[in-house]
Amino acid sequence: MYLYDDYDRALVFERVAQFRDQVERFLAGELSEEEFLPLRLQNGLYMQKHAYMLRVAIPYGTLSARQMRTLASIARDYDRGYGHITTRQNMQFNWIELAEVPDILERLAEVEMHAIQTSGNCVRNITTEAFAGVAADEILDPRPLAEILRQWSTINPEFLYLPRKFKIAICSAHEDRAAIMMHDIGLYLYRTRSGEMLLRVIVGGGLGRTPILGLQIREGLPWQHLLSYVEAVLRVYNRHGRRDNKYKARIKILVKALGIEAFAKEVEEEWQHLKDGPAQLTEAEYQRVASAFVAPDYPPRSEIDLDHGARLAENPGFARWVARNVQPHKVPGYSCVVLSTKPGMASPPGDVRAEQMSAVADWSEQFGFGEIRMAHEQNIVLPDVPKSMLFALWQQASEQGLGCANVGLLTDIIACPGGDFCALANAKSIPIAQGIQQRFEDLDYLYDLGDISLNISGCINACGHHHIGNIGILGVDKNGSEWYQVTLGGAQGRDSTLGKVIGPSFSAAEIPQVIEWIIATFVRYRESEELFIDTLNRIGLEPFKERVYPKAQEALA
Amino acid sequence: MNNLLQLQDGEARLVADDAWTLVREVDASLPDGPLILPLAHWLIRRIEHHPARDAVWLGPDDEVESLKPWLKLLPMIALDFPSFRDGRAYSQAYLLRTRLGWLGELRAIGDVLRDQLSHMRQCGFDSFAVREDKSATDALKGLIGMSVQYGRSVIEPRPLFRRR
Repeated sequence: MYLYDDYDRALVFERVAQFRDQVERFLAGELSEEEFLPLRLQNGLYMQKHAYMLRVAIPYGTLSARQMRTLASIARDYDRGYGHITTRQNMQFNWIELAEVPDILERLAEVEMHAIQTSGNCVRNITTEAFAGVAADEILDPRPLAEILRQWSTINPEFLYLPRKFKIAICSAHEDRAAIMMHDIGLYLYRTRSGEMLLRVIVGGGLGRTPILGLQIREGLPWQHLLSYVEAVLRVYNRHGRRDNKYKARIKILVKALGIEAFAKEVEEEWQHLKDGPAQLTEAEYQRVASAFVAPDYPPRSEIDLDHGARLAENPGFARWVARNVQPHKVPGYSCVVLSTKPGMASPPGDVRAEQMSAVADWSEQFGFGEIRMAHEQNIVLPDVPKSMLFALWQQASEQGLGCANVGLLTDIIACPGGDFCALANAKSIPIAQGIQQRFEDLDYLYDLGDISLNISGCINACGHHHIGNIGILGVDKNGSEWYQVTLGGAQGRDSTLGKVIGPSFSAAEIPQVIEWIIATFVRYRESEELFIDTLNRIGLEPFKERVYPKAQEALA
Repeated sequence: MNNLLQLQDGEARLVADDAWTLVREVDASLPDGPLILPLAHWLIRRIEHHPARDAVWLGPDDEVESLKPWLKLLPMIALDFPSFRDGRAYSQAYLLRTRLGWLGELRAIGDVLRDQLSHMRQCGFDSFAVREDKSATDALKGLIGMSVQYGRSVIEPRPLFRRR
């Protein structure tokens, strides 16, 4: 992972000092609430329903054992003993005292971490997939360019007061696990036959109130022009994006208003002034950053491990966990392990207790090279586990409540913190998730159902990415009470699709039954081992609607 | 304008005797002395007063490119921040300095506050009409900002990767 040099270190410590001064001035009444607001947001600090929430940046979702222990210490010393993994691979602390924030940020700075630009109308942290560097289908490691872009966009003075937040993702694998079609800028990095690194640039994607897939504005951009091209897009957006209505302020609205051709032309014109200038990246800079992401020296391990095979045969629980939570690694004899944070009633999706964080830090050293990843599905990944150690890891993870074998299954629910915490939410998310998890407790049954993604957002801002869940649930407000709208057919990855609303919304109490009907319909029409999404795409929405809204169908007949 | 900070030869100083009067809206009678006029009005008055004695201010909707023919004539350009959260003037300043080659005084007016001054300075502003109800002496502390800047800026066109 990227290690700070003196510049990086100076920057995070100066930033802590700057924010400490701003907090003091706010508490002394020298800064108004309005003046303080964007300053605290750009330092990751939100005001939630009950307390301040601090969102800590975890670039590329990657952290070291030492950093994880620091997060555990923050959870223990400044929060109520836990943190929450977000759908953008960051960690949020929900019960924070404003006066203590500078001390927390200082503790983070000591381990090369920060909360800069994890919120606010600026370029947010650049994301990649959780398996970057280890995924078996990877073309190139996207992290060096992501890190270069992260640095360039950090406290870039021209782009700190954009019309709205701005999210960039970069992917370089056959399967797009970084959701580049759903970002303000999505970058796809690939190599030509002659070995040249090129970028495909996609703009204007996003979820939220106007869900839309991004559109391509540039193919074959040589990587050296990454910064100047992004600068051109941002300058066009900063000058011309709407500022009169915050719901119309994302770049997707500007792209839609101008049309993709006209927008691309504006960007191209701006870029003509910038390309080949000092922002052009050098091979030396690429190598400097890339050297930080060099794969560890993997001691050779046999792909075939007899003990492992025997344990699989003896222990069906372990076999199921391996089938669901263990992913192929590009080095033979190693695996990527996903630790599920979705055990059901015991803990809300994405929540991790301090003891669990410490345990994960220990396992990353015991069963790997001290590296940990956060996945956007709100799970934790240990990227380099030798196959022979999987059984020991599974046993320990199970003891800590992190061994649930449900990755990719119906109960691996992605959910925002919702109305229990968030000031923006229309409705609660966590009880909905737990209601469904409780209804579908039988792992054998879940396992037979296969891959189904279920996403819950407590409001239209869509932090739970409900539009791209095979089953999406959106909290809506109807005359002051909480209702839930259901969408079906969403998908992420190469075949990104936005789900469609199936009909009128439901009360919280009805949701588990509705999900049961949806699943029953799937089971009825499923052909052999077909995936939920494939059955749905084959038979369409109607059979599901008929099952869920039988009376409405009768009334029509 | 008073409550003003100015950079001269790299030194920041408080200005108490600034001669300019900012005219937000033009009505029948204009005050005496040098004025900072809105773009539309400046273009009209330019014809009557030659060579131009007045400066111009642009709002965030005004295109900086429209000043191109007059850059040799203008004594000063001001850019307005209707709210400190409206970041368009940062891009306008960048374009004036970098693309249009404006070397004269570039003044930030409007919602100009201590915690944004370093960003303004990095984007090429060299004078800052701090909001009237705020202390310019206090705002002076915001002018320096951080010692490290990764990207490039108007005052440091080389990104850090070319310097580190």
